[in-house]
Amino acid sequence: MAQTLYDKLWDSHLVHVEQDGTALLYIDRHLVHEVTSPQAFEGLKIAGRKPWRIDSVVATADHNTPTTDWDKGMPGIQDTIARLQIETLDSNIREYGAKVYFPFLDKRQGIVHVIGPENGATLPGMTVVCGDSHTSTHGAFGCLAFGVGTSEVEHVLATQCLVSRKMKNMRVNVDGVVGPGVTGKDIILAIIGRIGTSGGTGYAIEFAGSAIRALSMEGRMTVCNMAVEAGARAGMIAVDDTTIDYLKGRPFAPSGKGWDEAVVYWRTLKSDADAKFDHEITLDAAAIRPQVTWGTSPEMVVAVDGTVPDPDKEKDSVRREGMERALSYMGLKPRTPVTDITLDKVFIGSCTNSRIEDLRAAAAVVKGRRIAKSIRLALVVPGSGPVKAQAEREGLDKIFVAAGFEWREPGCSMCLAMNADFLQPEERCAATSNRNFEGRQGDRSRTHLVSPAMAAAAAIAGHFVDVSRTN
Amino acid sequence: MEKLTLHSGLVAPLDRANVDTDAIIPKQYLKSIKRTGYGPALFDAWRYLDHGEPGMDHAKRPLNAEFVLNQDRYRGASILLARSNFGCGSSREHAPWALLEYGFRCVIAPSFADIFYGNCFKNGVLPVVLKEAEVDRLFHECAAFPGFRLTLDLDKQRIATLDGALSYGFDVDAFRKYCLLNGLDDIGLTLRHADKIRAFETGRRERFPWAFG
Repeated sequence: MAQTLYDKLWDSHLVHVEQDGTALLYIDRHLVHEVTSPQAFEGLKIAGRKPWRIDSVVATADHNTPTTDWDKGMPGIQDTIARLQIETLDSNIREYGAKVYFPFLDKRQGIVHVIGPENGATLPGMTVVCGDSHTSTHGAFGCLAFGVGTSEVEHVLATQCLVSRKMKNMRVNVDGVVGPGVTGKDIILAIIGRIGTSGGTGYAIEFAGSAIRALSMEGRMTVCNMAVEAGARAGMIAVDDTTIDYLKGRPFAPSGKGWDEAVVYWRTLKSDADAKFDHEITLDAAAIRPQVTWGTSPEMVVAVDGTVPDPDKEKDSVRREGMERALSYMGLKPRTPVTDITLDKVFIGSCTNSRIEDLRAAAAVVKGRRIAKSIRLALVVPGSGPVKAQAEREGLDKIFVAAGFEWREPGCSMCLAMNADFLQPEERCAATSNRNFEGRQGDRSRTHLVSPAMAAAAAIAGHFVDVSRTN
Repeated sequence: MEKLTLHSGLVAPLDRANVDTDAIIPKQYLKSIKRTGYGPALFDAWRYLDHGEPGMDHAKRPLNAEFVLNQDRYRGASILLARSNFGCGSSREHAPWALLEYGFRCVIAPSFADIFYGNCFKNGVLPVVLKEAEVDRLFHECAAFPGFRLTLDLDKQRIATLDGALSYGFDVDAFRKYCLLNGLDDIGLTLRHADKIRAFETGRRERFPWAFG
């Protein structure tokens, strides 16, 4: 029978299926970070259990780590609660081991969803889990990757399996060619705008179509990263030459004969031509404009040449009240042109948009210019040590610093604002991250989600500008 | 995990859609390495007027009188009535930990985000999906009748008013129901299949050695 990519990945990891369809799914790769793992290791310890296959674990500290003062080492972390959490990961890995661990201050440390792919620890055909919802990122490599809670982190540590139920299949086709200045970020925001933040609930989404195939691996990771913002626990993209070219020579990718054999299998990781999807939608790539969120949910998004919507035109009362609440929180008036929205801060980083291509795109906009006087802080936080080093080899750091940006150490930083990087109440930020929820970037913070080029352009102008019409 | 079979409790309505896990438990509390201590910080930014941080004495913080859980009539509520896509966003299990510690054993909504939904079952909190119209009706009842309570029967998969005037059935996976009814740790259940897991692993390693590299 014809199978979707998701069907193939699911079937190839089934250990056991109960009568009611509850399945034991084998997990190949387990990514671990400091925030969602301490209680899992503790649970293991209390129950007297040993990890099943510790060399499936790739670990790093990213959520809590500071992006400044690395020269001061661990004592540089002022927040003692955060420091204890980071040290707890250190001691858990010391006790239990890992395939590889990139601790705080390591030159290969970085955001867990950046380091997995860049080390070739994420490979096509794998199941990849992590105690983090943005694990969907890794689906860009034709693997089944999804976020889990701490109980499931413990479950995978103890059994190498997850108790799962099969999701439904959805395909989102983006056909055609995107216009200038339109990136993977704009594509996924447009998709979320179309299907809503629960449009993918209960589904695994396969992203397909010529505009998806035309994306680099970085762009594809951005798209899959935010599948969870469309409600889908897993997003994925079929394997092709772009996937294979990216992986060749990565530290944990196979080599020699093993590589050749793997590639033969990896090339089968695509949906069969006549595979059936439970739901399918198609977007016209040419119609997608650079996107800007205006509200407190990623589905509250419009094109940069659009206006803030008017709740009075919304018929559904729950939605209308949601819009009114969001506008009030965001300090915005209906019908305001998006390009009239002025910013206080700019954040370029996160597991959505902190890879080398993202930094290049932002630097290209910034080069030879200065951030607007009204911008209080513009941050660039590379996704990992290797991304930072690559950017510095290319001189991107100098471009950013000359323009007035701060060039920071890698980590999750102001995406979730767990460390010292956060907005003050009512500060408005153009962010390349993935969530614009109330309080996400700090108490009463106001977040607008955009692409790296859009964030960079906003930093220069002090307000949103349409990058498809400049340069 | 504390088992859940029959439960009767006061209902508190949280009338907004897309309540995300950042709102349920803000990130500053995720720095803790413990499983407990999250209840006083449930809905922190909505519940208090000041900015909360771990280590504070939450009992001394100024409450936001307008927030539903701070209203006298909803004190002691153990069933949360919510709108669609409840629990969206971050996978943090601290969200059900906070709900449970506050006293909620059940959340009713027209839909839940997938990760949050699964996390609830691991912690003895039952997420109940009802139809949009049924949830609407419960919001109306809740507003109209102070002290509005519901009784939950997990075995029968029904939630009803005490007088039985309203009674709604709901779906729940057999395996999850079994675990919750018996308060079972599913790691123990999975390890009953240890031989099968080992056999699967051996076969996979032979066929796809790169997945173990």
